[in-house]
Amino acid sequence: MSDALDRLDLLDLDDDLGPEDRLLRDTVRKFADDRLRPNIRRWFEDGTLPARDLAVEFGELGVLGMHLSGYGCQGATASQYGLVCAEVEAVDSGLRSLVSVQGSLAMFCIRAYGSEEQKQRWLPEMAAGRAVGCFGLTEADAGSDPAAMRTSARRDGDDWILNGSKMWITNGSISDVAVVWARTDDGIRGFLVEAGTPGYSAQEVHHKLSLRASISSALFFDDVRLPASAMLPDGRGLRAPLGALSEARFGIVAGVAGAARDALASALDYAGTRTQFGRPIASFQLTQRKFAEMAVALQQMQLTARRLGELKDAGRIKPHQISFGKFANVSTALHICREARSILGGSGITTEYPVLRHALNLETVYTYEGTHEVHTLVLGSQLTGIDAFR
Amino acid sequence: MNVVVLVKQVPDTEGNRKLDPGDHTVDRAAVDPVINYIDEFAIEEGLRLKEAHGGEVTILTVGPERATESIRKALSMGADKAVHVLDDALHGSDALQTAHVLAKALGTLEWDVAVAGSEATDSRMAVVPALLAGLLDVAQLTQARKVTVDGSSVTVERVTEGGYEVVEGSTPAVLSVVEKINDPRYPSFKGIMAAKSKPVTVLGLSDLGLDQSDVGLANAASEVVSFENAPPRQAGQIVKDDGSGAVQIADFLAAKKLI
Repeated sequence: MSDALDRLDLLDLDDDLGPEDRLLRDTVRKFADDRLRPNIRRWFEDGTLPARDLAVEFGELGVLGMHLSGYGCQGATASQYGLVCAEVEAVDSGLRSLVSVQGSLAMFCIRAYGSEEQKQRWLPEMAAGRAVGCFGLTEADAGSDPAAMRTSARRDGDDWILNGSKMWITNGSISDVAVVWARTDDGIRGFLVEAGTPGYSAQEVHHKLSLRASISSALFFDDVRLPASAMLPDGRGLRAPLGALSEARFGIVAGVAGAARDALASALDYAGTRTQFGRPIASFQLTQRKFAEMAVALQQMQLTARRLGELKDAGRIKPHQISFGKFANVSTALHICREARSILGGSGITTEYPVLRHALNLETVYTYEGTHEVHTLVLGSQLTGIDAFR
Repeated sequence: MNVVVLVKQVPDTEGNRKLDPGDHTVDRAAVDPVINYIDEFAIEEGLRLKEAHGGEVTILTVGPERATESIRKALSMGADKAVHVLDDALHGSDALQTAHVLAKALGTLEWDVAVAGSEATDSRMAVVPALLAGLLDVAQLTQARKVTVDGSSVTVERVTEGGYEVVEGSTPAVLSVVEKINDPRYPSFKGIMAAKSKPVTVLGLSDLGLDQSDVGLANAASEVVSFENAPPRQAGQIVKDDGSGAVQIADFLAAKKLI
């Protein structure tokens, strides 16, 4: 496989990695090979994930909220965070989801919008993976249109009373703390809801055909009484959760290139050993054309991720650029995984190979954290100056 | 307790490793270099000794410029500092010369135990720790699967063909460890970034009081006379089970000293 990875780096992108970044990449890749890859098939087939144990292991590696600073976080660059996402998602998008929901959604919100007390209480524990967080914005009837959310919080003396529900919440039922967005008489505000708070419950969503190695949950709030200190003081309006989503989307842009790389490397290995008509199928022109197209597309994804990392590290990334990345990379990754599956023939539909598992996972990634359609329209708006959906 | 861990950089065993047909030394350009696999267990053991008994862990490497990458990784795992013996004249040095250089380099450090991996995956001679202990005239506690330190007393369980021996010595001592001994940690991101500012002392031969005539291919006591590629795998031996199949297989394994 490592030979296939070398061959896929047609543009020698690896050569530009500095020594720390290379060691980080190699460390996460080895961790993934040792600890994640041997188990992923079983987790996916069983539709389960030992997410809390894995959170501790990711915490020991120092990758949870690594791109945040202070409070036990590492202050890594966005580019370094991208390298980590690619290696984790090369194993499974569900695992990358665990990492990005913890770091880019839950921890980011607390870091950016939380009180000093909230930061001190949660961030060091979450960076270590001893506490797990989730992020509740989407509802059953409010996805691309979060402003239509029904979850609400009303004041009762100094307290808040939270009612409503959230849907498709990664890490939800295993979380110690949920970042929940709700309407108030002061616009949309964020609240930290701790597991065990009376009236708060979470239920895992089963029967998924995608992201099976990931915990997806519905959250329910039935007259949940929260103290005033549960509110995130510095996040107001939809801009706050959307800011967090921009963070997480950045991880996706880099991560899905990992999934595509893994599928393509698997197909490249397979085509070299699978013989038909007395020759390896890698020798057939139709197969070689597929490889050429996929490998070029993969490196374009990697270049896009790298460019967005540069822009983010320079502090001048714009929302439409994140949309560019998610629009381009997720659909390309999905296309690569489907095409790679065709090279593996019947073997490609089994869980023995990672290829269709990646494709199935990417169906979710295509939709979550801003659907492909919404990102299309963000780009359309940027290009024409006309909003198509507002 | 101050620990020195001897770390060698070797060609990755997953690559297509080669010898240089010109001078019969390891072709270090052919395959990406990595830390010798078993040395990661030595680093881990060194770190555990420090965690249990205090002191510092120093990485000692003899190798070319590129060995910096392996030193950096060892420092990322948690070692405190490193000494890199770097000199073009070292090229082609054999095990005895290398042990001699290591002994001199240890002389520049304050140490209680020196820990090495039991062998390197490139040469697979497994003699440097013993040679080093001999040259220094200190205790030799090799092939350890367990290390216990009590004051200046070091006890190891030394792996043998049939089991293990309990061997005890006093510091300073040279240890080598086998891969059963522990589960090496991954460098953390924090460790990777911290490694950048850890001190690495680069020493040349003259810093160690050595001369070019002490080292290098031309002055080595041993010599690779010739080499050839491993022969292609032969067809296996088929055992037909006429009721004695299990016995035949057991005899075969016993003849190969596998059981």
